[in-house]
Order: sequence, then structure tokens, then C-alpha cells
Amino acid sequence: MARAAVPGRLAEQAGAGRLIWRVATLAATRQETPTARTLLLDVPGWPGHLAGQHVDVRLTADDGYSTQRSYSLAGPAAGERIELTVQQVADGEVSPYLTQDLAPGDPVEIRGPVGGWFTWPPTGTGPVQLVAGGSGIVPLMAMVRARQLAVSTAPFRLLYSVRSPDQVYYASELTSLADRHVGVEVSYAYTRAVPARWPARPRRLDAAAIAAASWPAELAPACYVCGPTAFVETVADILVSFGHDPSRVKTERFGPTGG
Amino acid sequence: MDHPHPDDDDRYSDGNALAGPLGEIFAVDITAAIGRCVSCGQTGPVAELRVYARAPGLVARCPSCLQVVLRVVQAPDGMWLDLTGAASLRIVLPAG
Repeated sequence: MARAAVPGRLAEQAGAGRLIWRVATLAATRQETPTARTLLLDVPGWPGHLAGQHVDVRLTADDGYSTQRSYSLAGPAAGERIELTVQQVADGEVSPYLTQDLAPGDPVEIRGPVGGWFTWPPTGTGPVQLVAGGSGIVPLMAMVRARQLAVSTAPFRLLYSVRSPDQVYYASELTSLADRHVGVEVSYAYTRAVPARWPARPRRLDAAAIAAASWPAELAPACYVCGPTAFVETVADILVSFGHDPSRVKTERFGPTGG
Repeated sequence: MDHPHPDDDDRYSDGNALAGPLGEIFAVDITAAIGRCVSCGQTGPVAELRVYARAPGLVARCPSCLQVVLRVVQAPDGMWLDLTGAASLRIVLPAG
């Protein structure tokens, strides 16, 4: 009924209309870490999306019980092929299935793309500061990849806080990007274990580390912070304390995922 | 009532999580809409509300005063959207 209140012309212009569930097929997978897997999914009729948007994934059991979770898109679509990276949550209901059981050729229901706030437009030219906590890297990697696809020259800095080196997603791609000096600087903060010969001990991301690895507030970068809720609150508060305009610090929190 | 515990931050997520459920109702994205809290008058995007998912349905609170701004509950016969705590919603329409 609410939809009927929106003029049809508007819905067409938005290219949106009510969300529908589509049946996607798993095409291939990439193991990112021992507990995280990227799913390449073919979605008939996929309308395209912006970096930072997410999808809802719905699983339905034989007895009709159904449950859904949200996952960020990890990169731009290639035609009707999208990719998600899913972190396995130990006692989760959906993520163990997606990271271990779902096999190429298997169907899964997808709804999206959704979310218009935590997005980076590929036409953006200003500096961008990304701060990821753990699997919060996923939508931020989508922004980095969208920048590369658009051959954008927007200067990007990514600060990636992660427990240990073996938990880094997209490790070789990030290293390659940073090494090629194409305008994407990548810094890491390790909270539990550091790589060999790393010049610091593991520690939580703090104001000094953020100051050292981020654009100064005077450059007015667009900031995107994604990760667990407590991480996001801490980082966003620190960025605002540095003088970043709160309206330029966009955030996305996982909260209690339940996986 | 679902009372927030300020020392347990990970009990909530944020309004980005409303994109799917509200996308079932609205033809445009509501998470980027700018809302105004009835209680304290703070304005901000729906995406920045604190969202508690363990209540029946989804409860979105003002990040400033923690009062409820909106609720979404899936009922057997439809979707219940309670906007009592939102004084207004400014929705940016797509160009074209």
C-alpha cells in the first residue's frame, strides 16, 4: 500500500521500486582467511550498485524455516556477477553455511542492493579516508575497487585494523595496490599479533595511530568507518576530535551480528 | 521496553541495517533521509540512528538522546512502521 502512494513515474526514475528477492547462483569462491570466504554470485537481472551498498541473503530450510542476514558487496558488479565476503561466526546460523557448505551451482536468495548512505560515488574527486575494523574492510574494499575501475584519481588512504596478519582480507591485492603507488595508501594496525619484524607491538587502534595514518582534517576528506560497533564509535569520535566535520564521517556498524 | 546499556556498545548496530526492511515499503532509499528527533530535535540521517534488533522487530533510537525515533515490526498481515519519534523525514529524490 505504501508503494501505491509513490507515483509510478518516481519509482521508475529511481530505478528502484520495491525490493524483490532474486535467486542467485554461486559461481565460484575465494578463500580470504581461514574463516572468511568470498562468494562470486550470478544474479539474473542485477541492476548494478554503488560501492558501500549491501544485500540481504535469505536461507530457507526444507521445513520452511527461513532466516536472513546482511552482507556488504565487496566490489563493483561485473555484469550480473556480484561478490560478497562472509566472515564465519563460530555459533552463527547463516555464515557457517555460506563459508563452508554452499557449493558452486547452488542457489541462494538475494535482495538488493540496499543502503544509500554509506556509499562512495565513483565521480568523487576529493580525498577519501577509509578506516576498517576486521571484516569492516568489505564495503571499504568495494570503494577502493570502484575507484580503480573508474580510473579515479581521488586520493585514498585506508587504515585497516585487524587482529593478526592471517586475518587480512584481500592481502595480495592490497599489497599490490600500495606498491604501485596509484593513489591508494594502505596502513595496518594489528591488535593481537604483528608480522615478523613489525616495528610495534600489537595494540588497539588509538588516536596517535589514526593521526599518523589518516588525512589531516584540513583536507576535509570524506571519511568512511566500518567495523564492530565499539570500534566505529571510538574511531568516529577520534576523527571528530581531530576536527573532521561529523557530517563527513560516515559510519557503518555491525552490532550483534549473530552471523 | 528495550533499554540501552551504554557500556555494552555491541548490542546495537545502526540505521544502515534498516535499508532492506524499509526497502520493502518505500521505493526510494530511506536510510539516506534526514530525520529529526521529536525528543531532542537533533537532525541526522536515518543511517546514523542506533538500531536494536533484539526487540520485537527493529527499534531505531536517536544517537544523541537515545529516545525511540522509529520502529519496524513485521506482523503476519503486514509491516508495522511506527514513526511517533520522528518529527520529520527529508527525503532526497533521485535526479531525473
